[in-house]
Amino acid sequence: MDAAALHQTLQARFGDAIGTLESGMEPAIRVAPAAIVGVCTYLKTDPALGFDCLSNQSGVDYPARHEIEVVYHLISYRLRHACILKVGVPRDNPAMPSVAGVWRTAIWQEREIFDLLGVVFDGHPDLRRILLPEDWVGHPLRKDFVEPTEYHGISTKRESML
Amino acid sequence: MSLLNTMPEFTVTTKIDEMLNWTRKSSLWYMLFGLACCAIEMMQTGGPRSDLDRFGAVPRATPRQSDLMIVAGTLTLKMALRTKVLYDQMPDPKYVISMGSCSNCGGLFQLAYSVCDGVDKVIPVDVYVPGCPPRPESLTEGLLKLQEKMMQEKWLVRRSGAELAAAEA
Amino acid sequence: MSLGGYDVEVQRPGGLATEEMTLNMGPQHPSTHGVLRFIVKADGEVMREAIPDVGYLHRSIEKIAEKVGYHGFMPYTDRVDYVAAMPCNQGWAMVSEKLAGIEVPRRAEYCRVIACELNRIASHLLSVGSMGMDIGAYTPFTHALREREYINDLLEDLCGARLTFNYMRIGGVAWDLPPEWVPKAVAFLDRFEPLIDEYNALISYNKIYVERLANVAVITAEEAIDYNLVGPNLRGSGVKFDVRKDLPYSVYPEFEFDVPIGSGEVGTVGDCFDRYMVRINEMKESCRILRQALAGVPEGSVLAKVPRKFKPPAGDAYVRVESARGDMGWYCVSDGSEYPHRVKIRTGSFTATSIIDKVSRGLMLADLIAVVASFDLVAPEIDR
Repeated sequence: MDAAALHQTLQARFGDAIGTLESGMEPAIRVAPAAIVGVCTYLKTDPALGFDCLSNQSGVDYPARHEIEVVYHLISYRLRHACILKVGVPRDNPAMPSVAGVWRTAIWQEREIFDLLGVVFDGHPDLRRILLPEDWVGHPLRKDFVEPTEYHGISTKRESML
Repeated sequence: MSLLNTMPEFTVTTKIDEMLNWTRKSSLWYMLFGLACCAIEMMQTGGPRSDLDRFGAVPRATPRQSDLMIVAGTLTLKMALRTKVLYDQMPDPKYVISMGSCSNCGGLFQLAYSVCDGVDKVIPVDVYVPGCPPRPESLTEGLLKLQEKMMQEKWLVRRSGAELAAAEA
Repeated sequence: MSLGGYDVEVQRPGGLATEEMTLNMGPQHPSTHGVLRFIVKADGEVMREAIPDVGYLHRSIEKIAEKVGYHGFMPYTDRVDYVAAMPCNQGWAMVSEKLAGIEVPRRAEYCRVIACELNRIASHLLSVGSMGMDIGAYTPFTHALREREYINDLLEDLCGARLTFNYMRIGGVAWDLPPEWVPKAVAFLDRFEPLIDEYNALISYNKIYVERLANVAVITAEEAIDYNLVGPNLRGSGVKFDVRKDLPYSVYPEFEFDVPIGSGEVGTVGDCFDRYMVRINEMKESCRILRQALAGVPEGSVLAKVPRKFKPPAGDAYVRVESARGDMGWYCVSDGSEYPHRVKIRTGSFTATSIIDKVSRGLMLADLIAVVASFDLVAPEIDR
């Protein structure tokens, strides 16, 4: 099923929650944050769609648009097709529902996005930092992140290369 | 054996320091402590072709049995504090080889926010081996350099009274 | 008491209280393949849970991409997965080419496939060798490393480095095949292929080895897909999916090869032994691809014309390559400038680590080593 047909199917079912079909190199379907769990459950359970795997979930910071975009790359191993969903959340209060109940791989992928971009996933079973230490300040993949000058007494700048 | 049999009684004269150092440098057990890319080259150095065993260096799995720590790879800030703990667990006298650009000075990852630029910020280093990653030959050379350094060490030193008091305190 | 993997009879003499014990495994542990830590809650020798704690090698590679530009990021991709660096090179080259719409010369595609498949054999050799070592057999490890050294020699002839190659460029590869290199590579294959059988005879069907791996940490196909396992780990569970075959890229459609899957030959489909055996069989398939590729390298240039100031148009692209650890996704967002806006690397080890907590419940403590080794985890691929 190609992206345009999928977009129409979703729009017929979810109405306004489905935004535009972003044309680009790879067409992506914009989804409202509140509807993401319903859309994903439908995409996974409908036999004609059968997206059984969340292949990649990534967050992108867009300071100019004042939003953080969460991108879902889905793939269906059974039907051998793929699709892309994009969800924008406001940058100053980035919160959205978690899809960890739909695909369990999202548990770790959402933890990573929380760690590096600070998106809070409501309903996530275990939302804590994953890559950085627990006492780290800030979310480094945001564009306005300022590198700390020291960590537990270890300075992060090297005066001389030697 | 043949040499020993032809000379059933023989004497070797040497300095005690040199003999001590010679025995120590010939059984330098290194901790199996790979951090990143360099760890693979360290494995290959211990592997069949380079065979670090020739110089008496064998890997040990625990810091409590090792004399040498080869810091092989990028030291992140999260790992830096643990590396200090591992170093403290090693019995004296202990040595550190910093293997590769990352542990020498941060290397490629100086641009990173989460990387400690150089292991010498955390623990003292004896030999720096350059390369990204160093070839097995380089690491072997680094080990030989460390052995040279060990041979220079003095254990039987006459100390003044003040120095003795300072050492005991 | 029945716990996932074993039927365990816990003997508790009257009045003797036992309690759960929290063990810390790692970050420095000889068999966690890098800096990986597990917090294990154990009841005697049986694990209640083993929670992975990752991030000890988080080198912020994704952030660095935003600072160094497209060409400058190539050396960093080597360090995403240093055991199999060539497929990472290819992933980055492919996503940049897709963004800018660059056509790669056919000879360059052949060079890429040859380099990637050689690297895949080297990676699988290290994986199966260290699996033997983790389980307690040191000899197979030295056998595997011996062959790996020959591959390192070949790749060194090709690009001047043994481990971190930096071989590919956006638009092709950096160097052409050196003179007299193809016969050398064929000679290596002639010597290496019989050695796979020798390896099987030495270790694969050894009774102790099979007992340690068969029926341990069985992952069903549904679980594997739900947890997003990829590559040999997914195929070990019986899912026949290989990016080279199913979402073909480069010149892979021109070659004939099979996709080996787990068959449960000594236990259940999806156990540790199946994941191990898939890797052994994949080495054979890689040899097949290599023979066809080496015989048919076309003439031509190896690098397309790419401007030094590389500015792809704004947009985003996602490509998948089959690395030695499976489907590796490269997501790149360009804002039209010289520097990528965001790069995300989706790696097989990251998702494989997330299932360890689930499969290790109820296993013996010593089985955790076998499980970790069977997933072929590489620490920087988890942490990036």
